Amino acid sequence: MLETTLFLLRRLASDRTAALGALIITLLVVVAIAAPVLSTHPGDVTEFHPPERLLPPSDDHFFGTDRMGADVYSRLLFGARITIAIAVIAIGASVLVGIPVGLIAGYYRNWVSDALMRISDIFLAVPQIVLAIAIAQTLGPSIENVILALSATYWPFWARLVYAETRSALNDTYVEASIALGASPWRVMILHVLPNISSSVIVRTTIGMGGTILTAAVLGFLGLGPPAPSPEWGRTIAESREFLPEAWWYATAPGLAIFLVVMGFNLLGDGLRDILDPRTRRSGDG
Amino acid sequence: MTGAALWGRAGTLQPGLEMRALVLTVNRLVWFVPTLLGLLVITFTISHIIPADPIAFIAGDNATAEQIAALKAKFGVDKPVPVQLWNYILGVAEGDFGISLYTQRPIAEDLIARLPATLELAFVAVILSGVIGIPLGVLAAVRRNSWLDHGLRVFTVSGLAIAAFWFAILLQLLFAMHLDWTPLQGRVDGWGPDPVTGFYIVDSILAGDLETLADVIGHMVLPTVTLSFPAMATIMRFTRAGVLDAINSNYVDYQLAMGVPRRVVVWRYVLRNALIGTVTQVGLVFGNLIANAVVVEAVFDWPGLGLYAVNSILQSDYNGIMGFTLIMGTVFIIVNLLVDISHGLIDPRETG
Repeated sequence: MLETTLFLLRRLASDRTAALGALIITLLVVVAIAAPVLSTHPGDVTEFHPPERLLPPSDDHFFGTDRMGADVYSRLLFGARITIAIAVIAIGASVLVGIPVGLIAGYYRNWVSDALMRISDIFLAVPQIVLAIAIAQTLGPSIENVILALSATYWPFWARLVYAETRSALNDTYVEASIALGASPWRVMILHVLPNISSSVIVRTTIGMGGTILTAAVLGFLGLGPPAPSPEWGRTIAESREFLPEAWWYATAPGLAIFLVVMGFNLLGDGLRDILDPRTRRSGDG
Repeated sequence: MTGAALWGRAGTLQPGLEMRALVLTVNRLVWFVPTLLGLLVITFTISHIIPADPIAFIAGDNATAEQIAALKAKFGVDKPVPVQLWNYILGVAEGDFGISLYTQRPIAEDLIARLPATLELAFVAVILSGVIGIPLGVLAAVRRNSWLDHGLRVFTVSGLAIAAFWFAILLQLLFAMHLDWTPLQGRVDGWGPDPVTGFYIVDSILAGDLETLADVIGHMVLPTVTLSFPAMATIMRFTRAGVLDAINSNYVDYQLAMGVPRRVVVWRYVLRNALIGTVTQVGLVFGNLIANAVVVEAVFDWPGLGLYAVNSILQSDYNGIMGFTLIMGTVFIIVNLLVDISHGLIDPRETG
């Protein structure tokens, strides 16, 4: 296990773009954890100073101040916490639902597996954001409901993936052998199939984090995310619009943060795919 | 056997394949209805089961017990859930999406009136992405690891990571507010061309009104650039990968050995095979485009379905949101159906 991890880290370090992705994500996590220490005005998540509103960037306010006179930089750091919480919990829940559904539908060949895959297909037949908007709107704006809306619409991606991978793993000799030796279905699924499909799940989960952060930002921008005064990035961009073009820093900073973080996950995901899943290697990139 | 070898000289399908393509088409068409019904069950669940008490919401805080009972009867929520679902499906089948709580008009009418604006934007963006993205993807593959390839990779990575609504705001900030090169928002100045198709580009050409046409195109520049950026990135990426896969085939070596110019081999034969992979991505690209259209329309005040959805969100108009979900879902299902069928026609291996 340790050896595999070391091997992975070495390969990642030698792939410049993947290393950049990993660096960005590490930075994000550090920023989120250390937000109270790194921020210059940690109180500005909830405190406002109307006389100092819409100040341009300066030594005191790196990214200027917002409509309430709060420090944009400090709120950005606390926004990272929301982004991570939403992405990790929503993706975690989708994976926890999607993997068992995909395993069961892939292992058995009966009406249950047909029904499970048809349900997944219907969810996949609609753009994720459209269903997420409908659910988030019905439930009302809050961080919990954003997570619920994203999980409810994202699990079928993993169900589909795990289903396809399980079906192909069942044709492999080692699985046939363990079935022939009398291994129970659960033993085969968890001890034999799951470890062998984990690479593609890890790759898709990494790239999925980027997609989820984008979708969560859209919900926030539309006012379906955590309500004010939350420093959520999408909401901050929406709030900044009426102060353009003068307060350009107000809209630019959170968008740049979303861009960097999503790019980090995409680059790391591409790199992991090259290392873990040689079948789908980016052609010719070596 | 490669795809190109199965195509006849004139580019028509060889005998026997038409039959299988037909089977595939019918097979996909048969799945259309259950998928649509599934979508209805999902929207029904979201709109009728999730809200703790939609009637109390509609009735307001001061409603009497009689008023609530009357409303329950009016909306049919006093009946068992399966009956409600059945009535809901019947209603939608007749084109009844309910009344908008916001515009007080039938939602179906509102949506149909706004559909052309969104489709016009989406079509132009898809065409723009394909026309620019496919050649650039081929170039990146042919000149692999050149500065051009690296530059284009930065472009694709950025396109896939940028939040569309933020990119839209940046474009607005630079080109509309600072430079004043393009209009800030909207679809046209004034009333627009006489409505025939609802597509302003087509309508202003039909009316022979070049001034309006120029105005319409000017308004379209920033929204379509915003929508095209991620779409172009996806198309370029898959075209590049497809070309690199196809360029290592035996038939390429054979044709080059036979003296066929490299340019002809790449742009005629390799590209056709590479596009098979790209076509399968058109569904994905269109889905993302539709999703981005919601926020892009909100930023550019573009009077399409996305803006309607955003207004419905602001007004807590459940019916409007469900109508939007149904229309968007249906458009997306139809696009994927067409992609599947055309994929089966382009790539005969898929017909099995």
